[in-house]
Amino acid sequence: MELITSILAIALRAGTSLVYATIGETYTERAGILNLGLEGIMLMGAVCSFATAYYTGSIVLAILVALAVGAAMAAIHAFLTITMRANQVVSGLSITLFGSGFASFLGQRLGPESNNHRLVGLVGPRLKPENLPWLSDIPVLGALFEQDILTYALYVLIPLAWFYLYKTRNGLNLRAIGEDPQTADAMGVDVFKAKFLYTIAGGALVALGGAQLSLSYTPGWSENITGGRGWIVIALVIFSMWNPARAIWGALLFGGINAIQFRLQASGTTIPAGFLNMLPYLTTILVLVAMTFWESLSKRIGAPAALGNAYMREEK
Amino acid sequence: MKRKLAFACVAVASLALVLGGCAKKAEAPAAKAKAYKVAFVYIGPPGDLGWTYEHDRGRKAAVEAFGDKLQTAYMENIPEGPDAARIIRQYAQEGYDMIFATSFGYMDPMLEVAKEFPNTKFEHCSGYKTNANMSTYFGRIEEARYLSGIIAGKATTSNKIGFVAAFPIPEVVRGINGFTLGVRSVNPKAEVRVVWTNTWYDPVKEREAAVALLDAGCDVIAQHQDTVEPQKAAQERGKLSIGYDSDMGKFVGDSVLASPMWNWAVYYKDVIEKGMNGTWKSEQYWKGLSSGVVALSDMSAKVPEDVKKLVNETKDKIASGSLNIFAGPIADQGGKIVVKAGEAVADDKQLSMDWFVQGVVGKVK
Repeated sequence: MELITSILAIALRAGTSLVYATIGETYTERAGILNLGLEGIMLMGAVCSFATAYYTGSIVLAILVALAVGAAMAAIHAFLTITMRANQVVSGLSITLFGSGFASFLGQRLGPESNNHRLVGLVGPRLKPENLPWLSDIPVLGALFEQDILTYALYVLIPLAWFYLYKTRNGLNLRAIGEDPQTADAMGVDVFKAKFLYTIAGGALVALGGAQLSLSYTPGWSENITGGRGWIVIALVIFSMWNPARAIWGALLFGGINAIQFRLQASGTTIPAGFLNMLPYLTTILVLVAMTFWESLSKRIGAPAALGNAYMREEK
Repeated sequence: MKRKLAFACVAVASLALVLGGCAKKAEAPAAKAKAYKVAFVYIGPPGDLGWTYEHDRGRKAAVEAFGDKLQTAYMENIPEGPDAARIIRQYAQEGYDMIFATSFGYMDPMLEVAKEFPNTKFEHCSGYKTNANMSTYFGRIEEARYLSGIIAGKATTSNKIGFVAAFPIPEVVRGINGFTLGVRSVNPKAEVRVVWTNTWYDPVKEREAAVALLDAGCDVIAQHQDTVEPQKAAQERGKLSIGYDSDMGKFVGDSVLASPMWNWAVYYKDVIEKGMNGTWKSEQYWKGLSSGVVALSDMSAKVPEDVKKLVNETKDKIASGSLNIFAGPIADQGGKIVVKAGEAVADDKQLSMDWFVQGVVGKVK
């Protein structure tokens, strides 16, 4: 029982950054824009928010900076792919290259002169888990209420993101843009404006995912702190089938798998760690296979049909 | 079809960008006529505060020692494998006299390049393949780990010590065994629990592994990883830890009892000097505490005086050769004596070590 509680608590904490980034990328992809720049945006969010927290002492400001940096980086992607109609894969990959390099650079330049490695190894303000009275005493599920503010915010964000996408007029328009921008345009939706908006908002959330790492989960800045989590998010978006409400399950699975396999190892188990490590990726492949095989299924839940295509108004 | 082709081109081009995007830095004093040129290839960033940090400290010490007679350059974040060959070849073509590659996976790429450039000297860290112009070098860090094991064995009250380990390869296994033998020399009841992360450098994973060990009741955390995250995780829980690579107490605090650490300056200065005066020979360098290449950092204020004394005495014994940490009797995990009293694990057996000693909980796999 205690084991389950502690695994759930850790999986949530580890999955939080993934959920933010997954919801962000889901919205971006729903607008028909594939953003492969996640890894770079997360790293930039992590380094900028930590530097802000270190210098100003304000976590709120740090989070705002992360959102702004993510929005700015996504705006570059939006400009290139929507206005200039550049290839989305190329643009996204360049954002990742730019972001990871620039984040390392900032890590070596920001921070006090007295520290040889500048930002690396510094201790700054961090978010601490706060137990919610009453709720955290519930057996097992109490783990949901021993988190920090960024995780609590998810409990609001996930239903909101779902509600907006499926139950509001704007959400309907957004889904229409991802499926068939021509038709959406004919319906009177401002496709370009919407694509810009959702790409930028998505980028802001992705950067917040990165900030959660440097402000809460592994407080402080170390180079390549994301360790490839940006790429996992791309799998998670597929895994959750472009539905923000499902993002939490994938994030729990990916976040929890290390918590579980390390715990099993620590207790001296016989299940090979490699097997557990493989599980989330295997599940993603299975979801993809299922989607490819069952056309009807894929029509209902599959990728936005116009994902990855540049939209030109006059094009037939 | 065209689009697919375009995608493939993009993928290849971007891969080339990723691999080529590794930072290149030359720290050259406006090159004097005949400066000796030395290049370093790093697996991580010098800012990792661990493995690469120590190699870069060694490089800086050499620069300080030789002044403008020496010109150094380094590249960081170089992936192991074929791309390393490109970087090493590039340095050789640029006329560097001696090239250091500081990770195991650079071994084959370096050997390949060494054969192409017979006049350049190649130095590979932690491998086993050599050539007429290629040496290997490494240190017996397990001797320092044995000392840190003594400290951990005395410090634990739960008799459970956690070990966050990177890969199940002989280098790491040897270290865990050396550490555990140190622990059990003062505390035969203690066990060392091992968790494999399958990464040298991943701050998040390293922390998660440490937290799992702490949750399992471990009250001292040791590591064979390149970042300080396991140390920070232990500190946050009010527990103790043993660092690695560098003096991690400097970055984390006195909850780090001591760190087995590398001091490459000793080797780099020596071998560069030999290169300069023409006495360099291909060799397999593998030395321990006696050489100074490996050391135990200063012990934290939290280590009791009598333990400090014991550690220092043991250090002298190992350095003078009167104590061999891999001398029998040594039992394996099943309790079977595998090294009899009066015998010791031979060097070649140490280099291929794939079994744990008694007291380790975990598997080599």
